[in-house]
Amino acid sequence: MLATALVVAFVAYMVTQVLRPAALASPVGEPGAMGLPDLLFYLIAAVTVAGAAGVALSRNILYSCLGLLAALLGAGALYVLLSADFVAVTQLLIYIGGVLVLVLFAVMLTNRITEVNVSNASFGLFGGFLLFVAAAPVLLAVAVITPWQAKPPPELAPTTRAIGDAFLSRWLLPFEVASLVLLATLIGAVVIARKEIKADEA
Amino acid sequence: MITLSHFLVVGALLFAFGLVTVATRRNAVGVLMGVELILNGANVNFVAFNHYLGLGISGQVFALFVIVLAAAEAAVGLAIVLAIFQTFKSIDVRTADLMRE
Amino acid sequence: MHETAHELGRIAVTQAGYLWLIPLFPLVGAAINALVGWKLQQLFGKKIVHRIAVLAMFAAFGVAVYAFSELLRLPAEERYLQDTLWNLLTAGRLSVDLAFALDPLSMMMVLVITGIGALIHVFSIGYMADEPSYWRFFSYLNLFVFAMLLLVMGDNFAVMFFGWEGVGLASYLLISFWYTDPEKAKAGMKAFVANRFGDFGFLAGLLLLFWGLGGAWQARPNSGLRNTDYRPTVELRGQERDVGALAPAATAAQAERAAPRIDEVKVGPTMSFRELRDQVVIEATGVKEHLLHSEIWGVSLLALIGILLFVGAMGKSAQLPLYVWLPDAMAGPTPVSALIHAATMVTAGVYMVARLSFLFALSPSAMGWVALIGALTAIFSASIGFFQYDIKKVLAYSTVSQLGFMFIGVGVGAYWAGAYHLLTHAFFKATLFLGSGSVILGCHHEQDMRKMGGLKQHMPITRFTYLAACWAIAGFPWMNGFYSKDEILWKAFGSGHLALFGVPTPWLGPAIYLVGIVAATGTSFYMFRSYYMTFTGAYRGGEGHHDEHNEDPHSAAATAMSALSVKVHASDGAEHLDHGTQGHPAPAPAHALHDAHGHAPAHGLPAAHDDAHAAGDHGHHGGTPHESPWTITLVLSLLALGSFLTLFLGIPAAWTHQAPLLERWLEPALPVEVAFREQPHWLELAFQGIGVLAGAVGWFFAMLLYKDARSTVPAALKARFLGIWTVVYNKYYVDELYALVVLRPSVKVARAASWFDANVIDRLVLLAGSITRLVANVDGAIDKYLVDGAVNALASATMGLGRSLRLLQSGRIQTYLYGALGGALVVVLLNFLIS
Repeated sequence: MLATALVVAFVAYMVTQVLRPAALASPVGEPGAMGLPDLLFYLIAAVTVAGAAGVALSRNILYSCLGLLAALLGAGALYVLLSADFVAVTQLLIYIGGVLVLVLFAVMLTNRITEVNVSNASFGLFGGFLLFVAAAPVLLAVAVITPWQAKPPPELAPTTRAIGDAFLSRWLLPFEVASLVLLATLIGAVVIARKEIKADEA
Repeated sequence: MITLSHFLVVGALLFAFGLVTVATRRNAVGVLMGVELILNGANVNFVAFNHYLGLGISGQVFALFVIVLAAAEAAVGLAIVLAIFQTFKSIDVRTADLMRE
Repeated sequence: MHETAHELGRIAVTQAGYLWLIPLFPLVGAAINALVGWKLQQLFGKKIVHRIAVLAMFAAFGVAVYAFSELLRLPAEERYLQDTLWNLLTAGRLSVDLAFALDPLSMMMVLVITGIGALIHVFSIGYMADEPSYWRFFSYLNLFVFAMLLLVMGDNFAVMFFGWEGVGLASYLLISFWYTDPEKAKAGMKAFVANRFGDFGFLAGLLLLFWGLGGAWQARPNSGLRNTDYRPTVELRGQERDVGALAPAATAAQAERAAPRIDEVKVGPTMSFRELRDQVVIEATGVKEHLLHSEIWGVSLLALIGILLFVGAMGKSAQLPLYVWLPDAMAGPTPVSALIHAATMVTAGVYMVARLSFLFALSPSAMGWVALIGALTAIFSASIGFFQYDIKKVLAYSTVSQLGFMFIGVGVGAYWAGAYHLLTHAFFKATLFLGSGSVILGCHHEQDMRKMGGLKQHMPITRFTYLAACWAIAGFPWMNGFYSKDEILWKAFGSGHLALFGVPTPWLGPAIYLVGIVAATGTSFYMFRSYYMTFTGAYRGGEGHHDEHNEDPHSAAATAMSALSVKVHASDGAEHLDHGTQGHPAPAPAHALHDAHGHAPAHGLPAAHDDAHAAGDHGHHGGTPHESPWTITLVLSLLALGSFLTLFLGIPAAWTHQAPLLERWLEPALPVEVAFREQPHWLELAFQGIGVLAGAVGWFFAMLLYKDARSTVPAALKARFLGIWTVVYNKYYVDELYALVVLRPSVKVARAASWFDANVIDRLVLLAGSITRLVANVDGAIDKYLVDGAVNALASATMGLGRSLRLLQSGRIQTYLYGALGGALVVVLLNFLIS
């Protein structure tokens, strides 16, 4: 109860003190004609957000997985819209082809598919809702209100080369460290999973 | 006209949903899914900024790193989930509360 | 007697740094024996104890003899040795030193004390040989000698008073030496208390003198004592000198400097005898005039001072009415009786009067009072001595009587004569007491004369010395007593300036003389009675007998005083009448005295009672008496010889036409001349003859009645005058009177005070205790509930808080996540708030 009250108060405060004056102050552009890119964007954005919502709210874990798929796909599409071709492809390959498959495997391995409950017992959906209500507006407000110094987008060009260059010049160290991390992950995952199985077998 | 803010909104929403998922899911795998969502939301932000603020290629590089690490983390996380499943015979996050007082 | 009108000056003082040694030796001896004597006796035997004590005495005597020789070397007017050790206290104009002085008077006393004291110590070796607390006895004896020496050698009142009290203490310790016997303990207490009464008077007189000298009050006529303007002004000879309001002198030297002087003579209140004497005697200072005219409540100050000081002497020297302790003091060992109650302590009063002769001489009332009391005491106690059976009691009453004589002497103004009698008395009374001790020892601790008799065969030396001492006390010219006693009585007859309570009584002198002669006759009588009963006739003792009180089957009152039951002897019938000289080991001829009363019906016990008695139911060994060891007989002989030799000190001027040796010796110490009536020369010789006659008469009758216990006259007389006999035998019931008048009210007061203490005061104390307890309980409750409660509450709160905070740590990640997010949100909020 106390938490609810606090959150409500917080939100109310934020809305009245912060959002509204900012919204009124910021220049609202004319809503221009909607071109195809815009429509595409809205569509992809909708799919992404719907997928995310599905992940969050679905009662069935498999439906959550599907929602995750949609979100990841949508994110990939958005990358394309943002001229990040390599990243988009990587997203598809790694995230969807690797992570999502892995998650699915895990789901299969650990659940009886039919019985899953969503809510966290003590806070439950209500708690989640509160959290959403507390967190989202903040971020949204930041996203919307802040006067970003947007620059005109550059020429469309394949980014692979640039990324490759960056990896081996400026971002060399993180690159190497990342490879180490992957190594550690590899070994660690094997160790963790194997141990249990081994103990189980023994 | 799609501005930076639109992408940021999407990213924010992804992030928020991912947060909710992490906070509310009883299933450990579900929690990991939420984590993926969060990372994705961040990624969207990164790439959007990279595109609209013209700061070279750093944003995308960052996003790539995030993807890499997300994959690693997912692998390890799921290994842990499997280990927990072996120990507790359940992947309800509430059962693994041996660290409480 | 001789007219010397030379002007008296200040005493010329010679410093002698060794005088403190004289009292030191006995003190050291007392200390050693007191502290380690018991151990020494255990380890080395009794020899070591008495050697220490006797050595101390002889050492003191040696130093005294040396001082004596030094005095002799000095010219007569300058014979004053002084030794000041240190200053005891200085307060304003009063300065008291620990100082000793020897002038002819105190020299005489010191020689007597140390000499006779040493001899008595030697006597005690033999007498107390069986005593287990040997060391304690000798320690006390030495202590006594120390105190007595302080008394006589003190240069001022303070030291003298210290010694005064000290001898009282030593007397108490020695009288109740065998303190396990309640009678003896009581006797000691009686002596001490009676002395205390006297000391009170002494102090009062002393303080009055001190005050009177101060000149600090203007003696307004009819003003009594009220003095509202106390200014320390010395008004002498018309000179008004304001010496400042009690100038605070911090040191003796300051006091000395600040003291007012007239013609170099320090005047004002003082404790020192020398300064006092100088002030009073030297007329130029005007102090004498001042004192003579001072009055309190209409009474002459000097008379009051004299009487009060004499009260002290009454206590210490056992005069009427404070003499009652002396006969009871015979409960102590015989050497104690000899030393303290014959030779030395009891003479302290005489010494004091002689020392302050210059003061007493100024007041005829005081003198008359002293002489009167002395005379009354002399005859009163002589009469009691007539019928006593205990040999020591006879001697005790004789002592009281002789002290009365001494006070007659100093009372009428014959100071040297009183002092001379002191000296002679010391010798012959010590001889008598020690002789009685020898007799008691020889008769196996028998003190009743009726159980003695015929000892002249068994104890010849004792007998002869005792006889010589009896001659001395009776006053025969071949022993010393005659000379002193006669001088006193002669001077008494010739004193015409006495007064009583301010009224001149020229007849008092001759009256006292008459009383004295009668007393002398009586003295002679009872002394020879004791001699004959003890030494002549047949030995009547069969067994030892610890019988310290007198047997009187008629006196119930007497038994009330003593705790022991009265031994009732049977009437043995007429057959005992002729038991006298047959040497039959039968009860004493005292039984013969009982017969005539025919109380056979009341005590009709058969003669078998005698046998029971003779069988020794008191458990002491019987046997014939024997002479005492050499330590005793030697001392007796020396003392008897001394009694003889000292007669040469007082050969009267009537024979030699020059002053007797002792008078000349004591003259510098007794500066004041008292005027006596001029008497014709032949009268003096006649009086001397009368004195001898009195002694002879007494001897004759004693011989008649008691020699060989042949005569029946005593029995017949007693039968005839039984009433009087009983009264006199019971000491005129004085002790009973005291018990009624003094003791009983005291006990009542004590009981009332005790009741008050137990009920009122103790209740108050208990009340205070209850209140304290109550407060404590309240405090405890507060502590328990409030304080502890607060502490406990704090602890509980902490625990509760902890318990609730614990819940945060649920182990669930999601909860932690919520927490983290919540925190993050708060930070954001704050950020917005602040910006």
